[in-house]
Amino acid sequence: MEFGLSESQEALKHTARQFLAQHGSAADVRAVFAQEDGFSRQLYRRMAELGWTAMLVGEEYGGLGLSVLDMALVLEEAGYAALPGPFVFSALLATCALVEGGSPSAKEAWLGSLAKAATIGTVALSGEGPGLELDALAARRAPGGGWLLSGTRKFVPYAHVADFMVAAAGKVEENGAPALFLVETKSPGLRVRLVSQMDLTRRVCRVAFDDVAVPVEAELRPGPALLERLLDLGALAIAADSLGGTERVLEMAVEYSKVRRQFGRPVGSFQALQHAAAEIVADLEPARALLWYAAHVADATPESFGRAAAMAKALLSEVFSRAAQRSVLMHGGIGFTWEHDLHIWFKRARFNESCFGSPAHHRERVARIAGY
Amino acid sequence: MDLTFSPEQEALRSRLRAWLAENVARSGLKGPRPRSVDLDSETIARYKRWQQRLYEAGYVALSWPKEYGGQALDPVSQAIVNEEMLCAQAPALIGAMGLEMLGPTLITWGSEAQKRRYLPKILTAEEIWCQGYSEPEAGSDLAALKTRAELKGDCFVVNGQKVWTSGAQHADMMFCLVRTDPAAPKHHGISYLLIDMRSPGIRVRPLVQMTGERGFNEVFFEDVQVPAENLVGRLNEGWQVANATLVHERNMLGAVTQSQQLFGRLLALARSMRRNAAPLSRDPVFRQRLAALEIRVEAMKHHMYRLLTDRQKGRHSGLPGMINKLVGTELNYDLATAALEALGDAALAARDEPEALDHGFWPYEWMFSLGMIIGGGTTHIQKNIIAERGLGMPRIR
Repeated sequence: MEFGLSESQEALKHTARQFLAQHGSAADVRAVFAQEDGFSRQLYRRMAELGWTAMLVGEEYGGLGLSVLDMALVLEEAGYAALPGPFVFSALLATCALVEGGSPSAKEAWLGSLAKAATIGTVALSGEGPGLELDALAARRAPGGGWLLSGTRKFVPYAHVADFMVAAAGKVEENGAPALFLVETKSPGLRVRLVSQMDLTRRVCRVAFDDVAVPVEAELRPGPALLERLLDLGALAIAADSLGGTERVLEMAVEYSKVRRQFGRPVGSFQALQHAAAEIVADLEPARALLWYAAHVADATPESFGRAAAMAKALLSEVFSRAAQRSVLMHGGIGFTWEHDLHIWFKRARFNESCFGSPAHHRERVARIAGY
Repeated sequence: MDLTFSPEQEALRSRLRAWLAENVARSGLKGPRPRSVDLDSETIARYKRWQQRLYEAGYVALSWPKEYGGQALDPVSQAIVNEEMLCAQAPALIGAMGLEMLGPTLITWGSEAQKRRYLPKILTAEEIWCQGYSEPEAGSDLAALKTRAELKGDCFVVNGQKVWTSGAQHADMMFCLVRTDPAAPKHHGISYLLIDMRSPGIRVRPLVQMTGERGFNEVFFEDVQVPAENLVGRLNEGWQVANATLVHERNMLGAVTQSQQLFGRLLALARSMRRNAAPLSRDPVFRQRLAALEIRVEAMKHHMYRLLTDRQKGRHSGLPGMINKLVGTELNYDLATAALEALGDAALAARDEPEALDHGFWPYEWMFSLGMIIGGGTTHIQKNIIAERGLGMPRIR
C-alpha cells in the first residue's frame, strides 16, 4: 500500500510548474484573450517538445505510453497556470479515443502526428440540452457505405483550430444507439462558429453537421463503452484542472492578505480571512487525494473509474468555484477588476463546473452507481 | 500508487476477521461505545477484559516497539486493525486515551523507568488514563493554564482545577499539564506530570453533557502529592511534550472508518424511510445530499491513506495533516444531521421510546458528534492553526 506520487511523478509535476511559470504566466494568458485561435502555437510546440502531447500515445506510434495519473499531474499544473488552448482535448481525449477505439488505419493516420503536435484533435460530445444528450446529432447509414451525420454539437472546444473531432452521435437505424466518429473539420457540410463566452482561457464552437459523410473506418468502437470512458476522462481532466486552479486562487489570496494592510495591520491577521483560507485548504486536500485515486484507477481498475471520476468531478468543480469566490472576496475591490488576474481563474472555475457535466449530474451518477 | 496490501497485511486482516467473528459476541458487550461515557463498574471491567484479550491475541498497539510490548509493524497494519474492528462492530478500547495519546508520547519522551512502569499496563487496560489539559480559564488558550505544581523535596504539590476531563470518573491515572514556573512566559513554565487518580486531595465531579450522560468531569487538586519521578520530559518543557501528544491525538484512519460506517447506516436508513410513496433514497433532493456526503467520505478515506503513506515513509505531512480534526468531525456531524432529517419527527423520540427508529441511534450520535467538533480544539481553533502554522498568515492578537 503506497498512496502517493512516485519520484518521477513529483519531478514531472515540478518541471511542469516551472515551465509554465516561465512560458505560461498570467501575462501570457492575457496575450491570447483577443486572438481568435485562443492559444499560443509556439507554446504548444514547446509543450510537445517536453513530450506532453505524446504522453498517452503508445511507443509504437512514437509516444511515451505514460499513465492517466501522469497526465492528470500535468493538467493540474495547466489549471494552476490557467493554460489556454486545446491541450487536454487533443492530447488526452482525442488521443485516448483513438488509442482505445480507433481503427488500425485511423491510428496509423493520426496518432503519430498527435504525439508530435502536428495535428490537433478535439471531442464533440455534448448535446443541445443541458446534460449530455446524444440525439442532437444523428448518424444514418450512407447509401454507398459509411455514415452521414446531421445535427449540431454545441460547446465543442477548439473546433475552429482542430484538424479532426471525435463526435458522439445516435445511430438512427439502431434506435439512437450511441456511436463515435472521427470527423475531419475540413469535411464538406461541416460548419464551425466560434461562440463568445465567459472563460477567455478557453474557446468553444458550435458545430453544425449537414449530411457530413464519414467512411466506415472513421467509426470508433465500441461506441457506448468508449463514449462513457471519454466522458469519464473528460470529467477527470477538468477535475485535475480545478485542483490546480484551487491551489492558485488560494495562493493569491494568502499572498495578498499578507501585504494588504487595513486598520494598521495586514488583513491576513484577521480571523475572518484566516478562516476563509483554512476552509479552502480543508476542501482542497481531501479533493486532491480523491483526484489521485480517480486518475490511478483509470488505468489500474477501469471498472471502478466511472464512480471515481464522477466523485472527483462533482467535488472538485465545486471546490474550485467556492475557492475562487472566496479568493475574490478576500481581495476586496481589486479582485473585481479586469486588471487583476484573479477573474481569469474565477471564470475558468465556472467553465469547469459545467464542462463534462454539472456537480449535480455527477452526484446523481454516484447515487445510481451505488444503487441508493 | 499501489493500492494493494502485502500478503502479510492481507493475512493479518483475515486472521483478525476470523478472530473477531468468534470473539465479539463472547465479549458480552454491544457495539463500539467507550468514548469515555457513563459506565458502571461491571461494564468497565468487561471492557478491560475485552482489551486484554485483544492484546493477548496480538491486535493492540501493533506499531509500538517490541521491547515495550508492541510488534514493530508498519502503520498500515495498525490501520487495518482499526478498520476491521469498526467493520465488525467490535467493542471499542476503553484504554484508547493511553494507547493513542500517552503511550506514543512516553515512547518518545519518557524515561526508561517510566516506559517500563506504565506502557505494559496501558496495553492491557490494567490502568485507564485520562487527560488533564483544559481548565476553566484555559480552553482554546490552553497555555494559559494555572494549575500549580511546586517541587517540594521529592514531590510536586499540585493545586488547581481541570475541566472537561473525559473519563476521569473511572480513570486510574491522569497525564496532566501543570504550571511549574509562574514567572516564565506562558509556554515556558508548563510541565507534564503523571498523576495517580487515587492520590489524597483529588476530587472528581462529573458534569452532565447535553446527551444526558456523564462523560466529562471537573477535577479538583488540593495539595496533591506527586512523586518527582512522574515528570515526563524536562521541568518547564511540558508544552513540547504536550504538543507531541496532540499530534498523536487521533488515529484518523479509524475516524474515517467511522465516517464510512455512519454513511452506510445513513443510507440504510434512507432506504427504509418513505417520502412521496417511494423510498427516501430515491427522492431526487435527498439523493443529492447522500451523494455529496458519500463523496466527502470517499475523499477523506484517500486523504488518510495518503497521510498513512507519509507516516510509513517517515515524511512529515505538513499542511495536509492539519485538516483531519476539522474535516473529520464536521463530516460526522453532517452525516448525523442528514439522518435526523431522514427520520422526521422520529428524530425527537427518546432512545428507549417505542417511536424511536434505528434503535434511537441518531439523536445521540448527532449531539455526540457536535461535542467532537469542540473537543480537542474547536473548529475555529483548527482553522487558526491551518491559517497561521500551515499557510503562514500573520498572527496578531
